[in-house]
Amino acid sequence: MSTRIYDCLKCIGEKIIENKDFLTDLDREIGDADHGVNMARGFTAVIEKTSPDDPDIGAVLKKTGMTLLSTVGGASGPLYGTAYMEAAKVLAGKDTLSAEDFKAALEAAIAGIQKRGKAEKGEKTMLDSLIPALDAYSAKIAEGGSLVDGLEKACEAAEEGIEFTKTIAATKGRASYLGDRSIGHQDPGATSATMTLEVIRDFLKG
Amino acid sequence: MVGLVIVSHSSKIADGITDLTAQIAAAHKGIIAAGGMEDGEIGTDAVRISEAIKKANDGDGVVVLADLGSGIMSAETAIELLDGEDINVKLADAPIVEGAIAAAVTAVCGQNMEAVIAAAEQTRAVKKINS
Repeated sequence: MSTRIYDCLKCIGEKIIENKDFLTDLDREIGDADHGVNMARGFTAVIEKTSPDDPDIGAVLKKTGMTLLSTVGGASGPLYGTAYMEAAKVLAGKDTLSAEDFKAALEAAIAGIQKRGKAEKGEKTMLDSLIPALDAYSAKIAEGGSLVDGLEKACEAAEEGIEFTKTIAATKGRASYLGDRSIGHQDPGATSATMTLEVIRDFLKG
Repeated sequence: MVGLVIVSHSSKIADGITDLTAQIAAAHKGIIAAGGMEDGEIGTDAVRISEAIKKANDGDGVVVLADLGSGIMSAETAIELLDGEDINVKLADAPIVEGAIAAAVTAVCGQNMEAVIAAAEQTRAVKKINS
């Protein structure tokens, strides 16, 4: 049984679906106006296909990743799909999540996104939220903080990461066609990645 | 015979390219379109692409040609999803229409993977208008 992870993913999906228009509008400014629509389509399918009866955390995340790969359609499909599938490998067979487990899963997810997108920090992508979030999370748990303590710090860093994306020009993806004209706009991927972390934080606090 | 998979965000583009290659390389039965999403929407689907690669493979390997940006990412993901399957599969860095035609002609002549990829990739440098 994996009721908690299923409930948490459902909350992530609902948040993304609720923010479909917001994410799409952000993407209209600098991309191809499909981020919210695509992610909402993907998570609608994720909520349908995953189940509280899936055997463990890894199994739910693997199914989430595969579903995103085949339903999102745009670049966020292979990026988020790979992220969830890499996290799934780390959490295979687990039915509880320690602070260290979450760190390892987030590390694997980020490595997956970097491999797939061939991107670094500072290119106006979701990595500008996720990498600082991982660093802040790791620092907090290294000094004895809990999973929730770490996530509080991770979310603060991820929010700062969104602000940082407003100050830089995109060099990856469709937004890179705009060059310096992309400055001033926040990155939709960094925004949806931050939303994801915030939902996990609120779910675990709840 | 080396198989080919044509990946596009649009099912019409992928199907249209396979129609074109069928005209030139009619004897090749392993040219498979993987365009659009299952529900007909614009996009690319790594799971469908990996199924297409399996279908295109007769043991001599498969060359994948993809259109823009996330088409490449989905094709790379599709290849990783085949981990554990014994399929020699590579993504060609080539314009999708010209590359597919060149690859189909080379494959139907019975040439190997390297030759098919080289034929596809050579089309990047071909000038269309000689003035």
